[in-house]
Amino acid sequence: MPPKKPKSAKGSAGGKKKGKNEPPPEEKPDHPEDILPMVLTSVTQELFDCRADEDVTAESPYKLLQTEDIIQDIKTRAGVSDFSPVKQIVLDYPDDEILLVYDRAFTYGQLFYLVLTPEAKDRILNPPEPEETQGESEWEVCRTPESKEWISLGSELEIEEESVKETREKLLYKFSRVRRELGKPVSFSDRNTADAKDGNLGFASYEDSRFSIKLMQRDCGTQAVSRLQSSSVQTQWKFPWNKSTQYAPRELSEEERKDILQSESLKNFCNLVTPRVLQALQQEEIMNVFRDDWMALGNGPEAGDWSGKDSKGLMLHQAFTDHKYTKDRKISSINWHPTIDGVIAVALTVEKEQNSEELTTSDIRPSFIVFFCFSDPSHPQLLLESPGDILAFKICPSDPNIIVGGCMNGQVVLWDISAHVTYLQRPPPSGKKDSLELDDNAENVIPTVRPCAMSTLENSHKGRITDVKWLPATFEVTRTGEPVENKQKMSVQVVTCSPDRTIMFWDVRVPKTVSQSASDSSTVDQTEMTPYTVLDTFKHLGRTWRPLLRISLLKISTKGEYTPLKFNFEPYTCDGNTDEADEKDDRSEILQYSQLTVPSADALTALPDVNTKLYIGTEDGEIVYTDWRLEKDDSGQVHFPKPLHCFRAHYCMVNTIQRSPFFKDIILTAGGFNFAIWKEGVIEGPIILSPNTEQVCTVGCWSLSRPAVFFIGKDDGSIEVWNLLEQSSEPVEAYLHVTNAKITCITPWISSPKQHFLAVTDELGMVRILEIPKKFFVPGRTERSNVRKYFEQDKKRLLDYLQCEEMCKKEKKESEKLKKKTEPVKPVPTLQEIDDMELKEYRDCLTLEENILKGMGLWTAPPEIDDI
Amino acid sequence: MAEVEETLKRIQSQKGVQGIIIVNSEGIPVKTTLDNSSTVHYAGLIHQLVMKARSTVRDIDPQNDLTFLRVRSKKNEIMIAPDKDYFLIVIQNPSD
Repeated sequence: MPPKKPKSAKGSAGGKKKGKNEPPPEEKPDHPEDILPMVLTSVTQELFDCRADEDVTAESPYKLLQTEDIIQDIKTRAGVSDFSPVKQIVLDYPDDEILLVYDRAFTYGQLFYLVLTPEAKDRILNPPEPEETQGESEWEVCRTPESKEWISLGSELEIEEESVKETREKLLYKFSRVRRELGKPVSFSDRNTADAKDGNLGFASYEDSRFSIKLMQRDCGTQAVSRLQSSSVQTQWKFPWNKSTQYAPRELSEEERKDILQSESLKNFCNLVTPRVLQALQQEEIMNVFRDDWMALGNGPEAGDWSGKDSKGLMLHQAFTDHKYTKDRKISSINWHPTIDGVIAVALTVEKEQNSEELTTSDIRPSFIVFFCFSDPSHPQLLLESPGDILAFKICPSDPNIIVGGCMNGQVVLWDISAHVTYLQRPPPSGKKDSLELDDNAENVIPTVRPCAMSTLENSHKGRITDVKWLPATFEVTRTGEPVENKQKMSVQVVTCSPDRTIMFWDVRVPKTVSQSASDSSTVDQTEMTPYTVLDTFKHLGRTWRPLLRISLLKISTKGEYTPLKFNFEPYTCDGNTDEADEKDDRSEILQYSQLTVPSADALTALPDVNTKLYIGTEDGEIVYTDWRLEKDDSGQVHFPKPLHCFRAHYCMVNTIQRSPFFKDIILTAGGFNFAIWKEGVIEGPIILSPNTEQVCTVGCWSLSRPAVFFIGKDDGSIEVWNLLEQSSEPVEAYLHVTNAKITCITPWISSPKQHFLAVTDELGMVRILEIPKKFFVPGRTERSNVRKYFEQDKKRLLDYLQCEEMCKKEKKESEKLKKKTEPVKPVPTLQEIDDMELKEYRDCLTLEENILKGMGLWTAPPEIDDI
Repeated sequence: MAEVEETLKRIQSQKGVQGIIIVNSEGIPVKTTLDNSSTVHYAGLIHQLVMKARSTVRDIDPQNDLTFLRVRSKKNEIMIAPDKDYFLIVIQNPSD
């Protein structure tokens, strides 16, 4: 039995709290409170039967003593008793027995100690659990467990499987040396396995096909890694700086301001500083010291990168012609496709000598508008069929698939090429290849588009339509010509003019069901299938498409009407007054024309700032400026507006009126033998009138990139390039014989910033695409402002000139009047008197002759002369 | 006060002058012909510039001092005449 450890008991006794505290350190010199070390003499020991090493031993050091006995002993022996110091404690002791412990190891300093409290006694006698159990186990009867019968649960099989057993006996190889060599020294050496043949025998592992083990289970170690690991780092904030600051500027209060303004120092300051400032301001005014003269000298293209290989003239880029469709036909109009690059549309008319009236009866052959693509110069890509020759056509600016054209017979025709646009977009690879192989099969059928809608003959113009234009998407026009806002933001109205002295406004939307019967006819025609794919875009116009507004142009001073050939109006750009929401809505989807209806005029807001004035060029060479709004009389009657002014600038037919793409109010007109530039608002006449040239100017157009440059086409096939800033009396460049015949149309186009094209068409059906040389399309740096100034100057000059003229006339009149008054009344000889004078002279002559002849002796008497 | 006004008028009458601001040494505008927000903007920024310019000049030569500063930009020219207590800012649109 292991010796008891009184220390732990002591510790627990000394702790007073059972089991809670840590056991105090083992060596405790002082004794706890409820234990009192005592010395017991041998007499006492004998008395109480606790003789050292006899009754009480190290193994059983406890002795329970009766308290009565102790008290008795104290009484009998009084002071001599060993128990005298504990007399009081013993008397107070509740229990009957008190514990005396033999302390052989002298832990408390004495041989014995007395346990003073019953609790401690209990504690010592019955120590806490571990000791207790141990004690119990010690005191219990130790029995070895009985071995039970082993019941096999199947584990021996596994064990047998796992266990390693010898399958055969161990092989024993005994090497011994030959007997005669026993005892002799041995020398061992190394040998490489590779040196000797068969030095090593390898047994490579191979996959035995007889059996295969499939690994069903494999142990592998895993370690869980936390998905999210948060860690933090502490940085040193060495330099604190503000992330953001919010501040308000300091301001002076009114009082302070007043004070300062009145102060003396401010006055001094002002006086001191003013001269400097004035000097600086004046310097600034006089001259710009920072202006780089050298750079400013170069005017655009020369200053830029001017490589030597710049073309000097208009280089022919491509030429389009087609045997079947375009040869020997006069091209009347040409348009570039606004969105698809490299596609042009050309309208052809048959060159006829007769007047237009004869045409309408005889010619039934259909005419076409031909689309050419850059990639295929000899075959048109698309054809638009029309009932008569088209003199003018335009592509709708808001939907490039809609094309409107005006016919020779006065009809307005609409096409929708949405279904055929793919022909224009893709380059035709097959066309080129096929032309090499078989010519017959290569005759690809060129898609033809028939018109979607045509105006009826009785509602159209009576004469040929010479000009067609779309109204811009920014405004539309009501029945009275009032411009109102266009909610749909698409171009929906077309303006046409014709030498039948009218201008008509057409609307391509579904007309109101009240007035028109077009809606009825549209429902009927739904099942009808047309041969070529004609789209239903304009079915609603049906058969009764009539103009919205008809204007005839009365002459200003004389009776009759003007015969317009071309017209031009100002393209109105929206101010942005419309709601944002409307714009967004309408741009999200392009509305179909068939869904658009003419809204009632009251629902739309009028746009008062639209310029409703038209410039019209007539057959007689006049330029007429008129308003298209119908005027209201005093009596309430609506009638056509009177033109505002008219000017005869050209000798004969005006064939071009074009607004400058840079300035809204500058218009170029060409006709007859000259051309003119007008400024809108200047009613006295054109601000620039060119000198008369030898050739007829057949067409003119502005350059798209340079504000001062425009091109004039001539009767003999030459093109003149004019630059207003360089020379205003003659063209800067004249390219002779660009075509062989009269030039009928010129249209510029910008295909890329480096390539500008000019499409030139002529009477023989050839379309030439010329590349404009760089110097004519790269604008100068300040060209626009210079040109504007130039026009202003010209306008002033014109006004001045006119004023001068006026003044001259006045002066002349006045001087004449003065002259009449001041000269003396000279008797003007009458006719009779003159006669008499002459007769007298004659008579004098005769007498002189007579005298001379008499003197010479040759005088013969003359016959009698009668008085004349 | 009248003198100050008169000076301002003289300067204002020059061609191309867009605005005049008088600022005190702390950069607070005292008198201006522009609207408040622009004034405050100009005053704050130009004050710093003038201080920097002045310190530059004096750093190079302590006997020297800044008399006039002209800032030429694409759109206009800003002229600043500094003094001990105030400085005058004039914004001019050059003629060309």
